[in-house]
Amino acid sequence: MDKEFWADYALPLVIMVAEIIAIVLPLMIAMAYLTYAERKVLAAMQLRKGPNVVGPFGLLQPLADGLKLLMKETVIPSGANRIVFIAAPILTFVLALVAWAVIPFDSGVVLSNINVGILYLFAISSLGVYGIIMAGWASNSKYAFLGAMRSAAQMVSYEVSIGFVIVTVLLCAGSLNVSDIVLAQRHIWFVVPLLPMAVIFFISGLAETNRSPFDLPEGESELVGGYFVEYSSMAFALFFLGEYMNMILVSAMTSILFLGGWLAPFGLTFIPGPIWFFLKIAVVLFGFLWVRATFPRFRYDQLMRLGWKVFLPFSLFWLVLTAGVLTGMGWLPS
Amino acid sequence: MIISTICFYLFSLVAVASGVMVISARNPVHSVLFLILAFFNAAGLFVLLGAEFLAMILVVVYVGAVAVLFLFVVMMLDINFVELRHGALQYLPIGALVGCVLLAELVLVAGFWVAGPTLSAAATAPTPALAQLSNTQAIGALIYTRYFYAFQAAGVVLLIAMIGAIVLTLRSREGVRRQRSSQQINRLRSDTVEVVRVKIGEGV
Repeated sequence: MDKEFWADYALPLVIMVAEIIAIVLPLMIAMAYLTYAERKVLAAMQLRKGPNVVGPFGLLQPLADGLKLLMKETVIPSGANRIVFIAAPILTFVLALVAWAVIPFDSGVVLSNINVGILYLFAISSLGVYGIIMAGWASNSKYAFLGAMRSAAQMVSYEVSIGFVIVTVLLCAGSLNVSDIVLAQRHIWFVVPLLPMAVIFFISGLAETNRSPFDLPEGESELVGGYFVEYSSMAFALFFLGEYMNMILVSAMTSILFLGGWLAPFGLTFIPGPIWFFLKIAVVLFGFLWVRATFPRFRYDQLMRLGWKVFLPFSLFWLVLTAGVLTGMGWLPS
Repeated sequence: MIISTICFYLFSLVAVASGVMVISARNPVHSVLFLILAFFNAAGLFVLLGAEFLAMILVVVYVGAVAVLFLFVVMMLDINFVELRHGALQYLPIGALVGCVLLAELVLVAGFWVAGPTLSAAATAPTPALAQLSNTQAIGALIYTRYFYAFQAAGVVLLIAMIGAIVLTLRSREGVRRQRSSQQINRLRSDTVEVVRVKIGEGV
């Protein structure tokens, strides 16, 4: 009985926990260094030096920032709804982490290879809005509330076009399994036939993660900081880290859906798959930072117009076109 | 399979408990949050049943979109819910009646399945066994092939409801200034700029 218990439950549990740590730990490091990369890239584009004091080339700056945030006091406003106020950042952070369960890093290297992987990703990313709404409401502050309202409207709007983009890719791949979607791009990456959809996905991803130029929920010039005005210390850090984690996630989704995931381009297979995956994510992330350094913030009505009147009809049209071409030419994957 | 049994009881316990909290929480926002928790646990139950597609759709549609709008509205409402709740007891008879009718219907449906084996066979006939087809393909074949017209009709009904809601709430107000991008982009230099040579000492 004891031996059975060990073999059937305890051992798989230990292996699973080890796998989770093997995913989460590099992810945390990547996220910390994404903040560093963002500051360095922005600095380079603005002819500054960026962080260069803490450690060689300022490489220890993210650690110093994290340590500083840890030492600060967590302030809970007296008018706040305590439980929801504390739950909101935790929810944001947890949702940013759990999505990685279905991301394949190489063929077969995935925590859970479920049949509806892409739907799972879509569902988790559609839940991200709750952390923000709960934070805005629980803070009992008008700036935080306005930021949360904006964010809710924005995320719901852009999710629709993201959904259509994903459906288009699914039509070409013929499977909801994330690994199968990558393998369907063996001959040609989907970015080539579906370039407009890749662009829409990238821009909607910017809106979905509240990144510049769509960072209206936290527009500091009008809302002092948006939904996390009232947050301090680790609670703030969790929001901050969740946002960066979501950026990495959207980049990973872009490279899985359009850039062939871990597949090597030009037959360069001697470089292992995970490194290719990392490189592709890094390229997309650089795009995120580049956009932030280049574009001014959108006005709110323009943001809504872009989402509902431009992206939605266009992605719908492209979906019908793709379906028509695939059926007409008999290219539908079985 | 003890783990799935434990999961089943966990999900159903949390679902029922949060369902109770939805109607007993004092704060309406808390009610909606508990409703979301209940949806989530229902999705977990779907996964345990092997219907992972339905589970994900439940999360995407109900939790990701409908409940967000719901939360949106409840947060913005300026209603004194404590006062509203004051006279809630007078609705108890009709509420209990609706509840009883629903319960009776559920019992009837389940009872017919148990009582008449032919009926239950008819109900499950369109869905092939899980081993032959994944449930995503099974549901796709059902709603997009077999019951295509009924599905489209349901879509049209929803569309009409949506148009009705928009028509009812659309008001054209005076003095609203809108940006027309096409107009702005198509503006010609000759329409807006006039170059004049002004002589010294004279006005334009």
